[in-house]
Amino acid sequence: MSENVIEFRNFGFKYAAQAEPTLYDINLTIKKGEKVLICGPSGCGKSTLVHCMNGLIPASYPGQATGELLIDGKSFRDLDIFSISKTIGTVLQDADAQFIGLTVGEDIAFALENDRVPLDEMKKRVREAASLLGVDDYLHHAPHELSGGLKQRVGFAGVLVDDVSILLFDEPLANLDPATGKTTMELIDEIHQRTGDTVIIVEHRLEDVLHRDVDRVILMDEGRIISDCTPARLLSSNLLIETGIREPLYITALKYAGISITEDIEPQRIETLSLDVGQRETVRSWYRSAPVEQQAVSEEIVIEARDLGFTYDNGHTALTDIDIAIRKGEMMSIVGKNGAGKSTFAKILCGFEKPQHGGIYLNGKDMSGLSIKERAKHIGYVMQNPNQMINKSMIRDEVGLALVLEGKLTREQIDERVDEVLGICGLYPYRNWPISALSYGQKKRVTIASILAMGPQVIILDEPTAGQDYRHYTEIMEFLRELNSRGITIVLITHDMHLMLEYCNRAVVLSGGRKIADTACEAVLADSEVVEKARLKETSLSTLAQLCGIDDPQDFIRRFISMDREVRDQRRTV
Amino acid sequence: MTTFDTRLLAALAVLAFVLMAVSRIRISDVKILFWFSFVFMVLNNVLIFLFSPEHGCSIYGSRTEICHLFLRYYLVNEQLFYQFNVVLKYLATIPVVIVFVSTTDPSEFASSLNRIGISYKIAYSVSLALRYIPDIQREYHDISNSQQARGLEMASRKQSLIKRLKNAVMMIFPLIISSMDRIERIANAMELRGFGKDRKRTWYSARPFRVSDYIAIAVCILMLAASIALNFINGGRYFNPFAL
Repeated sequence: MSENVIEFRNFGFKYAAQAEPTLYDINLTIKKGEKVLICGPSGCGKSTLVHCMNGLIPASYPGQATGELLIDGKSFRDLDIFSISKTIGTVLQDADAQFIGLTVGEDIAFALENDRVPLDEMKKRVREAASLLGVDDYLHHAPHELSGGLKQRVGFAGVLVDDVSILLFDEPLANLDPATGKTTMELIDEIHQRTGDTVIIVEHRLEDVLHRDVDRVILMDEGRIISDCTPARLLSSNLLIETGIREPLYITALKYAGISITEDIEPQRIETLSLDVGQRETVRSWYRSAPVEQQAVSEEIVIEARDLGFTYDNGHTALTDIDIAIRKGEMMSIVGKNGAGKSTFAKILCGFEKPQHGGIYLNGKDMSGLSIKERAKHIGYVMQNPNQMINKSMIRDEVGLALVLEGKLTREQIDERVDEVLGICGLYPYRNWPISALSYGQKKRVTIASILAMGPQVIILDEPTAGQDYRHYTEIMEFLRELNSRGITIVLITHDMHLMLEYCNRAVVLSGGRKIADTACEAVLADSEVVEKARLKETSLSTLAQLCGIDDPQDFIRRFISMDREVRDQRRTV
Repeated sequence: MTTFDTRLLAALAVLAFVLMAVSRIRISDVKILFWFSFVFMVLNNVLIFLFSPEHGCSIYGSRTEICHLFLRYYLVNEQLFYQFNVVLKYLATIPVVIVFVSTTDPSEFASSLNRIGISYKIAYSVSLALRYIPDIQREYHDISNSQQARGLEMASRKQSLIKRLKNAVMMIFPLIISSMDRIERIANAMELRGFGKDRKRTWYSARPFRVSDYIAIAVCILMLAASIALNFINGGRYFNPFAL
């Protein structure tokens, strides 16, 4: 069992297109049958490391490697992407983007087809892989018709069908709702135990991965491995905060309460956590003394949806009897699983779709007569992927586009307005840059700035932080909070529980096109029926509260969030 | 087929509509295609008449005038008959194309193309293109909505043609960028699962040849033979009732 299946020796890598190396001095050994998590912020080099292991480097991304990498004892220099793919199976993030076959069966069979496996044997192996993952009833379905969780199972089956011995999961939790993320980790664990394969998971959502045990966590930052140890030891150190990875919430809460995290308390999972009587009392007394921030919420309603009903042309009813009031100056979220009607609701607000029933009122006035363009002056909509919104190659032109097209202001007035918006968005120093030189987060800001230039009262953002690591997540959300403090009402469409808990006072939960909850975020998470229907999950904070004998977990969460905001504000001002 | 033999075209048109009915395609699904073809057919006929109002006469070698319309345009029997043939040709081909597009599984099509010797990489790119059309349509729809919100309009009559073209280019820009990302991801996913390893591959959706397939091929050959034979019998592509 001590056979090394992957061995990096003083490995380094530089992309052909870049001046500086992306990986330095990588020394890493992974043994047969191990389950390892590779963790690190965006740009730390973890994706590059993955590409070196699965052969996409150099097949798709040429560059220069130094040192040695042995895969199953063979040097990577003697292997190509096809021979590596016989040993290492890669499950890419975003199952949607990698479906090749038109049916589930065909997609699972893809690797076998390329291997020239005869039809009879192929069908047999596809059935085996499909039944291992519980998707054998869906072989004739189109992958796109399936739910997020099933899609991912199909993706896994397509890799497992090919008798590989190492499974590489590249950000398996990206784009999944919390409940599906949880079952994904359970599924990976089950596959690991059943097949005995080596499992390597690359992910920055640490708490979600640690829902099931892993043997080791490799932490990377700036192209180097900075830690390689058990999860318990890693959580007992301060390395996570230093690298900008989000700690599990219960760990942060324990730290706020003044408890030092050591390996003895088995901090790797909330289920294994063992606190002695004294420590529990410490948490309780912190809870009693922690202040609750009172937030004044305006009673004035800016947008109101009354009795909204919408059915798509194909007969699919997306919304039924929706009443939602958005109050002036608030930051609220609309949550629910994929297909719950969140995006449809946003589209109706913006006038992209016309409801068959009910209406939208802006400051009490019916909006039904307004065109998309007219609505956009009041309600701005920011799409999830900034690349889908950017038309121009220069920042200034992009931000001023709507004003130029409107043609009402003079060149000078537009410039003035654009400068002002760029200032608010922290983009002024880059105003004459090409957009292609910006990072993802900056591009996001550009798209928000281009909406702000039109002067809307309300901005709706679709999954503003999807796929972002904690550092970028915080950067984007703090920026939105600042906009909010300038009086702009913000509506977030999301299935990220952290986001709604930390930044919103209120959440509207949709399920199957109906509103099933409209209340404070912590109350949403305390309602197990709502949590179940919206594919959310209980936070580890409420489990911690129960563990310490606190009978009002909601209140515990509320106090934790206030404390957390305060700490973050301090960190920001420092 | 290049034939303009009225009898064969009529038979084929009937056959095409029978196929259409047998295939159980929902008319609502293909309405747009039908409209598009219809508009094209009308346009085609109008243009033929405008540019060559007596083309039929030169084909059939006679001229039977009915009445004068305007300028140099006359209503002529031969021209009417010729344009009737053009319409018939549309009726014989369009339903068949629609049946082909909407009943052929792209994967089966790709595997069949591969079997008759076309490289599977080409066959696969056809299949992938068909597979991603709906995704790209959906994305285009989303992008165009958000662009309209910013005042970018494609179909505004108030703007000059050049302005509208410019706007169209701007609108397509984000679609190209995101399609490039999509291509990179799919290419990686395919390569990681061994696509392009060998010159040959097997197909999950391969269909063995059945008796009905041989019959279909025989019918096709028969039709081809008929059109070639008629070519000789008529002494050209046209059936000429005026010479009888």
